[in-house]
Amino acid sequence: MLSVRFFSLLREALNTEVLELEWSSRCCTVGALKQELIKQNGSFWEEHLMHPNVIHAVNQRVVMIEEPLHDGDEIAFFPPMTGG
Amino acid sequence: MGVRVQIEPFDGAQEYGRLAASGHAAVAVFSGQVRDFGYLGDVSLLELEHYPGMTERVLTEIGDSASARFSLLSWRIIHRYGPLKAGEAIVWVGVTAHHREAAFAGCEFIMDHLKTNAPFWKKERHPDGKAQWVAAADTDEQRRRRWHEDS
Repeated sequence: MLSVRFFSLLREALNTEVLELEWSSRCCTVGALKQELIKQNGSFWEEHLMHPNVIHAVNQRVVMIEEPLHDGDEIAFFPPMTGG
Repeated sequence: MGVRVQIEPFDGAQEYGRLAASGHAAVAVFSGQVRDFGYLGDVSLLELEHYPGMTERVLTEIGDSASARFSLLSWRIIHRYGPLKAGEAIVWVGVTAHHREAAFAGCEFIMDHLKTNAPFWKKERHPDGKAQWVAAADTDEQRRRRWHEDS
């Protein structure tokens, strides 16, 4: 199982906070997961997920798109952070 | 040492008192308050979203990095989330050190990393009902990067 979380602008635009996905070895990197989500949800998701500003985290650590995924991982997509 | 991420207000004077009670020679504090003016004009409310778990971990890593780099004697980070009104305290960073140079630098290092690396997102609400997610500022990223450039 993979848990996929969306925050801020992405959460609102995609109207999705959390997705629980069956683990599939086909989907073995953050980039591949993005492509899978776009395939399932269409061009609106593509526009948002492929935006160059989107940040990816796996198990609450910011990672590059090539980061491999494992069963049980928590993946998050969000825009640049604006703390302080 | 420590991080608090909370919806409730905090008392900055009390937090300062705790740090000062350490007796350490240098105490530096930064306190950030909600701006009353944003990209679309007057801000009636600021809503702060965060990523529970990751937020606390990132803030702890930032504090630990500052502590190691500037030999801080203690540090504390408090950050609020949820709805905040203009003028309310949103973030508080306090550090202690043997000398002012380390205290100033440690405090600034923490703020510069917190702005770009801690998973918070601000949304401004305006009196006319409009709302807008605050975009990350390039200047914040530049300020963070300068700590990692070779001099």
